Amino acid sequence: MNNQPVYTDNDPQSELVTLNLGPTHPATHGVFQNVLQLDGERIVSGVSTIGYIHRAFEKIAEHRPFYQITPLTDRLNYCSSPINNMGWHMTVEKLLNIQTPKRVDYLRVIVMELSRIADHIICNTIIAQDTGATTTFLYLFQFREHIYEIFEEVCGARLTTNIGRIGGFERDFNDIAFAKINKFLKEFPVALKEFESLLNRNRIFIDRTAGVARVPAETALSYSWTGPLLRATGVDYDVRVSEPYSSYQDFDFEVPVGTSGDIYDRYLVRNEEMWQSVRLIEQALEKLKKEPAGIFHADVPDFYLPAKEEVYNNMEALIYHFKIVMGEIDAPKAEVYHAVEGGNGELGFYLINDGGRTPYRLHFRRPSFINYQMFAHMSEGMLLSDAIINMSSMNIIAGELDA
Amino acid sequence: MEESKNQELIQLLGNRFGEKITGINEPYGLLTFTTSKDVILDVLKFLKEDAAADFNFLTDITAVHYPEKKQAIAVVYHLHSMRNKVRTRVKVFIDEHHPTIPTATSLWKGANWMERETYDFFGVKFEGHPDLRRILNMDDLGVHPMLKQYPLEDPNRVDKKDEYFGR
Repeated sequence: MNNQPVYTDNDPQSELVTLNLGPTHPATHGVFQNVLQLDGERIVSGVSTIGYIHRAFEKIAEHRPFYQITPLTDRLNYCSSPINNMGWHMTVEKLLNIQTPKRVDYLRVIVMELSRIADHIICNTIIAQDTGATTTFLYLFQFREHIYEIFEEVCGARLTTNIGRIGGFERDFNDIAFAKINKFLKEFPVALKEFESLLNRNRIFIDRTAGVARVPAETALSYSWTGPLLRATGVDYDVRVSEPYSSYQDFDFEVPVGTSGDIYDRYLVRNEEMWQSVRLIEQALEKLKKEPAGIFHADVPDFYLPAKEEVYNNMEALIYHFKIVMGEIDAPKAEVYHAVEGGNGELGFYLINDGGRTPYRLHFRRPSFINYQMFAHMSEGMLLSDAIINMSSMNIIAGELDA
Repeated sequence: MEESKNQELIQLLGNRFGEKITGINEPYGLLTFTTSKDVILDVLKFLKEDAAADFNFLTDITAVHYPEKKQAIAVVYHLHSMRNKVRTRVKVFIDEHHPTIPTATSLWKGANWMERETYDFFGVKFEGHPDLRRILNMDDLGVHPMLKQYPLEDPNRVDKKDEYFGR
């Protein structure tokens, strides 16, 4: 098989060892296979094999109406599903020229920034875990649980959220959701501060991460890196700033950048982004107070699924419900590209609509897929243990890698 | 703002490539144009290196299959100028039976896997690609599954027939 690189160790003089790291290895946090040639502990060369959880989402999407594609996007980067869901809904809104009310935008910002925090918690605590610091992992990880409780309150689901609708949300945030968000905003900064004080100036942590897997900005750009990985190399590219969506232009926040692109910088960039996300959520809550209460979706009955009580008791709502679910909506024949800043970088949706009930073609620009291609090349000359934390710091999510 | 940048770009490309640039339109403000495969590398190189265009970043490469067209496969490049904050979309239509196009890996290293993915799903052969193998599917799949002639599900299944759903 071409896809399964096998090194033949026929040369009796060879002192290299072939190691199959993965597909299921406890240190790789996902389904990744890398066939490595090792000289002692040092990696001489490596080949990545991907596609172990490929589920043909792009093909499936060609046979599904718009609302049935949202659950597919859940399963891309499943650590921050709401960003994918809303990225998809915003793509459709762009296609249909739907303007969402400001209140919807701010509610979306809250949910997207919460999921960004959840995503970065996973990545940063796992870097620490892989360098041997289990405490921080267990300590900060509980806040991911609190974030999932907020999602549960907003949409009823936790991991694969299928959150929102075209034009807004399926229901308004209730008081418990707001209470939980406020509680989170009170408790999380304290914990994040402690997390930072455990690691930021920790001699062992710095020795393991600083200067490891340095990437110059030119290389990162040539490899089409985006997200925290690119920002750690010093390029201040963030989709939220460069092409604001969901009213990000109304907010005051900073885009943290690193200098050397090593693992320590990536860690610092992600940490700072969590602080900025907290700021964004606080601002969004403040802005919500000035918006008229009770608006949680745009007024687009042709595309927004009617409430269930309406569907059961009202003829018109039933007709709309049926039409939307069966994809009987008249969307313009057009092509649209929309990008959002996902947990790992620019998550793009390239949608071609031909007026049928399903997309003619839907392509996902998946940051994990594009970021990961440098991994094997980067690992050459690296210690095996450094390659492991390098992979953790790239935060490659298998679902997004393979789609 | 965006429109004026697009107009400038159309001007630039027109001066340089003339009739090789066709099908210019701007769906949702994103400049889209078609070119031919003999100049695609020059167009990409020009867009990347010209100081005014400055498309330093390759966002994505993918393909679309239009079985009813004569040139049935469209290879689509999304480029991004981070400094000018402009995107552009370049399309090249190629023949379904001889789907070849020069590789962009000499311009952007990131094109490597994007082209492998496009080869895997559409069978587009990128000439000069250093390592053109399947990437997500298994090697003995034998087909390029995103082409429209391959159905998603077993066509013999009766419970999923479109006519039962009023389609």
